[in-house]
This record gives sequence, structure tokens and C-alpha cells, in this order.
Amino acid sequence: MVEFALPKNSVVGLGKTWPKPANAKRLTEFRIYRWNPDDNRNPSIDTYYVDRDDCGPMVLDALLFIKNKIDPTLTLRRSCREGICGSCAMNIDGENTLACTKAIDDVKAPVKINPLPHMPVVKDLVPDLTVFYAQHASIEPWLKTETPAPEKEWLQSPDDRSKLDGLYECILCACCSTSCPSYWWNGERYLGPSALLQAYRWLIDSRDEATGERLDYLEDPFRLYRCHTIMNCARACPKGLNPAKAIAEIKNMMIDRQA
Amino acid sequence: MADPSPIPLEQRRPLSPHLEIYKWSPTMAASIAHRATGVALYFGTLLLVYYLVAAADDVHSFNFASAIFGSFLGQLVLFGYTFVLLLHVMGGLRHAIWDAGKGFDPEARDKLAIGSFAAAAILTVLLWIVSFILR
Repeated sequence: MVEFALPKNSVVGLGKTWPKPANAKRLTEFRIYRWNPDDNRNPSIDTYYVDRDDCGPMVLDALLFIKNKIDPTLTLRRSCREGICGSCAMNIDGENTLACTKAIDDVKAPVKINPLPHMPVVKDLVPDLTVFYAQHASIEPWLKTETPAPEKEWLQSPDDRSKLDGLYECILCACCSTSCPSYWWNGERYLGPSALLQAYRWLIDSRDEATGERLDYLEDPFRLYRCHTIMNCARACPKGLNPAKAIAEIKNMMIDRQA
Repeated sequence: MADPSPIPLEQRRPLSPHLEIYKWSPTMAASIAHRATGVALYFGTLLLVYYLVAAADDVHSFNFASAIFGSFLGQLVLFGYTFVLLLHVMGGLRHAIWDAGKGFDPEARDKLAIGSFAAAAILTVLLWIVSFILR
């Protein structure tokens, strides 16, 4: 359902301004979305100041500076701090990306940070990704074969292998799907750019033998065809992948198999 | 910790902000514009139908319709209608290119989006210049 306005309990208010770190020469202002399930208040935006001479270069470094030195209650997911786990996906300066690979200097201060858009918030910058993961599972992201398994591995020519480049690198961070207005309005029926990119990764795999079955599942007005080439997905992907193009390729596979 | 609210947590969770915080991009604007022009064309088509019905009716109805469309306000509406129509046509061409699986790289997609706005504006002005010369 297209609902432009946020529900009443989600309207964001003005929060607290936290004290500036003492003796800091170079300060950068951060405005961060907060919501605590343990009190009955609406979400709010808190203001923090980060001492840049006491902090690493990335947005994640600044968030950890805040958590360690100003406000230990600030809640976020993070793990690898090098752009491969996808945990610290969030909306920074209006675009979804990974906090660990986004340089603070690449963002105009004050740095505005929100959770991934149009998702239920668990706490602060942590969204509930249950539906997102279920959609990924629904495209059955594994090799499906009918022919008996070979003695060693399933063989694939270098050419066929190269068709997976730009697809297999997806880290399931959800930056793309949650950047997509079509996914915002129909997120429970439209699979979204991430799940569709993964679907194409298996459709185009020369070793997979379930292509027809996979296309049958996607042949649906909502699951596949809610992509309107808005392209926020490709713009947001921190790995430089192009879900919009993968979706266009799936649509063309649909046409080809009718011919 | 005791839950302070009788409503289950899953239902109390706020929805994170979306449209009002997301940064606009040319492709996003082009997509919205295509939707909006599609809706606007329904009304534009009504104008066209009215003109044809008036022409089929009699000379008085036709003269009346012509006077409306010939007035300054009428011309302004028609100019807008021309732009909306051409922008929608350009959007259709853009979609045809993307449906063919082309123009997806970062540079091309923005050029296509911005180009559709520019092309529609230029064609609208050209079309009006030509129509003024020909009449």
C-alpha cells in the first residue's frame, strides 16, 4: 500500500543534544535516529559531536566513538568493518550504504543517519529484516539439479562462470531493497531488488537445472513486475552491483521462453 | 525487564522514515514524472475529446471550443499538455531502452533520465514554434 506519511507512532521528534567531547579541536555533528522499545516514546533525532582527531575516517568509526565515549545506549549492528558482512547497512545522508565503507569526509555535515528506510525498527539503527530474509529464502538460493551428481564437482566453463560476476558478490545487506520505493509500497508481495538479483544469479548459472521452475515462481504481477526501473537499488549497492539490470534480464528471460 | 506497554513489541515497532529522508536522483524523478504524466494525460485526453465532440456537434459549439482553447489560459493549458504528452513519450522510449537490457550503467541511466526531461522541453518548444509558423 502506498502510504507517504509515517504512522502516528513512527513520526520522528526532536531528541537530545549530547555534550561535546572536551578539548576537541575538530568536531563533526551527527544527527542520529533513536528509538527505544523500553519507553513509550516516539522515535527522535539525537545530536552528537565527534572528535575527529580521536576517531577513524569512516562513519562506523564515528558511531563507535559515540557508543564508546558519549552514549553507550546507541544501538547498531556491525561486524567486519570492511564491507563484506553487510551488518552496518543504514541510511547515511539520504542514501543507503554501509557505515564501515562510507568516509565521514564524503558526507556534508551534519551527518544524518537513519535506519534502512520503511522497515520495522527493533532499536535505534537496527531494522527487523525477517521478511527480507524470507524473500531471499523463497527464491531457493542453491544449486538445483536433476542429473545424478558427478563424481567430483559440477563443471562450468570460464565463460559460463563469468556470467555470475556482478551477481555472486551480493552480501545481503538490504541496502538495495530498502532504497526502492516500489519495495516500500509493496514490500510484502514484491520480492525486491536483492532477492531478484539472487534469483537471476541462479537462473543464469549454467549448472542449475531448475530454470523453468524458478521462472514460474517469478511470473507474477507483484514478485517480479513491480520493478519500475527507479534504479535506487543500483545507486545504493555498496558492492557496485546492478540489481535493476538483473531484473531486466529476468524479464527478458520471461519473454524468451514464451517465444 | 518488564514490558511497559500492553501492546506486543512487534506491533509497537515504528516504521523507519523513507520518502522524506531519501535523496532524490534523476532516475527516481524520471520514474515519478512518468507516473504523474500518465495520470495527467487522462485529463488531457478529456480536452481532446471535448474538442472533437464540439467539432462534430455544430459550428457554434466548435467556435466556442476554439475560443476557449485560443484564449491565453487555454493556450497555457495546451502548452502544458504538449509537454506532459512528450515527457510521457520520452519516458516510454527510456523504458523501451531499459527493457532491452541497455543503458543501465551509472552514467547512461542518469543521461537517459535527464535527457528525457530535456528532450521533452525542447520538442515542446519546437512543436509550438512550428505550429505558430504554419497557421
